[in-house]
Amino acid sequence: MKHTVFTNALGKKTKMSKKLIFATIGILFSFSAIGQSTIPAADVKAMDGKTVNTSKFSNDGKPMIISFWATWCKPCKKELDAIAEVYAEWQKETGVKLIAISTDDSRSSAKVATDVKSKGWEYEVFQDENQDFKRAMNVGDIPHTFVLNGKGEIVWQHNGYADGDEEHLIEIVRKVAKGEKID
Amino acid sequence: MIKSSVFICGLAYSSFSSAQINLPNLPANMGDVHGNFQATAQYYLPDSTIGAPNVPEKMLMNGFANIIYTKGKFTAGIRYESYLGALQGFDPRYQGNGIPYRFATYKSDALEVTVGNFYQQFGNGLVLRSYEERGLGFDNALDGIRLKYEIVNGLYLTGLVGKQRSFMTQGPGLVRGFDGELQINEAFKKLADKKLRLTLGGSFVSRFQRDEDPALVLPENVGASAGRFELNYKDFRLNAEYAYKINDPNSANLIGKIYKPGDAQIIMASYAKKGIAVSASASRADNMNFRSDREASVNNLLLNYTPALNKNHTYALLTFYPYASQPNGEFQYSGEVSAKLIKKPTWKMDILINYSGSNTLDTTLLNPYFDNTLQGYTINSYGPGKEVLFRDFYVELNQKFGKKIKLSLVYSYQVYNKSVIQKAGFPTIHSDIFVADISYRLKKEGTIKLEVQALSTNDDHQDWGQVMVEYTVNSHWFVAALDQYNFGNDKIKERYHYPSAIVGYNKNSNRITLSYGKQRAGIFCVGGICRLVPASNGVTLTVTSSF
Repeated sequence: MKHTVFTNALGKKTKMSKKLIFATIGILFSFSAIGQSTIPAADVKAMDGKTVNTSKFSNDGKPMIISFWATWCKPCKKELDAIAEVYAEWQKETGVKLIAISTDDSRSSAKVATDVKSKGWEYEVFQDENQDFKRAMNVGDIPHTFVLNGKGEIVWQHNGYADGDEEHLIEIVRKVAKGEKID
Repeated sequence: MIKSSVFICGLAYSSFSSAQINLPNLPANMGDVHGNFQATAQYYLPDSTIGAPNVPEKMLMNGFANIIYTKGKFTAGIRYESYLGALQGFDPRYQGNGIPYRFATYKSDALEVTVGNFYQQFGNGLVLRSYEERGLGFDNALDGIRLKYEIVNGLYLTGLVGKQRSFMTQGPGLVRGFDGELQINEAFKKLADKKLRLTLGGSFVSRFQRDEDPALVLPENVGASAGRFELNYKDFRLNAEYAYKINDPNSANLIGKIYKPGDAQIIMASYAKKGIAVSASASRADNMNFRSDREASVNNLLLNYTPALNKNHTYALLTFYPYASQPNGEFQYSGEVSAKLIKKPTWKMDILINYSGSNTLDTTLLNPYFDNTLQGYTINSYGPGKEVLFRDFYVELNQKFGKKIKLSLVYSYQVYNKSVIQKAGFPTIHSDIFVADISYRLKKEGTIKLEVQALSTNDDHQDWGQVMVEYTVNSHWFVAALDQYNFGNDKIKERYHYPSAIVGYNKNSNRITLSYGKQRAGIFCVGGICRLVPASNGVTLTVTSSF
């Protein structure tokens, strides 16, 4: 008898926590249908030394790419070089703007501007020396690339770069420009 | 262990991995929850030939997860960290589980208030830099209160008080800091459109720690201050900073605790336009080891940062003998030129040349018998001393043939003063290093890459070679295999192979990698801060995800 009571009590307890879990999952799923996250606020520096709040990043309702890189990161530079070759076409077709965020610290921060200019990158480039924006965007290893829709909501992200990945990236941007959903 | 050079730039020797889940977000009025997660587990096999120690636990794991909640101007977050047996090479004081990082921030346009943990750098970091390098096991976050305020357009003030993280606990010192930065062109409307842009900055940091020394009277409050400017004119940029620290006898001093004040200077200039870039930098540090605990050692409780100016390398054999900055005394310089040489659609070529060096300072040790005020040494001249710490002459040629073939060729000559940078009693190492890295993009999808590296030296363990083949199947899968081989070791019996293989899967921002093989004992560095990694043999699994 005692045993049954014990089991019942335990069973009840389990049931209750299950309910809680289902409720939580339910809430999470109901949220997923509604919101997309926007750019968090952090201070970064423009190439001319001016402080800029990242929450002000915008592109007049057109898609944006945010790419985290560093002067010492070979795959990052490969990615930005590859995009640079087709950037004018991408802009013409989709209106996309690429914002490149350098995470270089004072060891190599002087080389950011030289890299950008000598490579002829036409991107908007900012320095995130204290890595506040990197942390706010939950970026670990780089390159880490985000695609944002016209409302400034993050709709896609990718970590790492392999040759040819930019072709997949533009597919995503095209969909976003047309207002299609990204899975 | 392999560092996948194609995919990502892990700051970690073990972080050839990373991965994505599109997590549900809360509706706009309830804010967003985001974060990332990483876990690395390694199964160790003892291997006496390469000196891999026996690990009694067999398996060790490091993991962490950041969870950040944002709603409008409000952000709060935690980092759960888990060291269920810290990986080999990490400081054993990382032990167990905990939430050593949590914070809440309110940020409006002009004001930012943070309570809890935060990272902060003033200027170039000469008097204050708290930051994290997770792969290095380095984290000197502050815990306290920080205020940032843009008081008028272009004038930024930062004030902070806190204690510093030391592994899973906190250091004894109390840290107080203040920084002011004036962006002249923002502050004065008339100058807004001028091509000449100027930023001025100044900072002050003070550490309080009780004097419990039985023999010496030590300063309990140690102040360090710095002034800086940055100037931009068209394609030209100049940045300089000067820092001074009052006497701060500490156990990191070269020759017992000394009362000599410290100072450091750094200057960096660059010029670039399309197709060509030139940069030059120099720095000098004299007795500038500054920590929130005067008894701390190695990389623990560092308050400031003196950057290493030498080129940051990615190829394995170029980082065999990596330079670590020497805040007790160093004179560094570095110059770099890069240019596009050929720019045809079928053939592109650019070149990069870098020369970097570091010497000790020009000093004379004082005779302890006459050194009544414990100054330790005197400076003879401002310039570099005679002892070479590091040299690196580096040439890199990058070529691209059409859209399919990429070829990088590298030559580097390095000089490495092992007995100063690592441990006393070793000869200086002179080495020539060659790298050839070719990648071929396959017709439909995928890339094959071959990397051949050689290091030639008569010193230390003599010649090394490394061959790596990497096949990137598509944007999701890659496999690689490599062998590092000490083929020139004078002791023929110690000509060991270090083979390993890795497979990785990557989707969006989720990444899983599995590797098996041997890893040589070595030094792993980021930004001139280094740690020793012991030799190992085993299986490593890494999972990374951000959401």
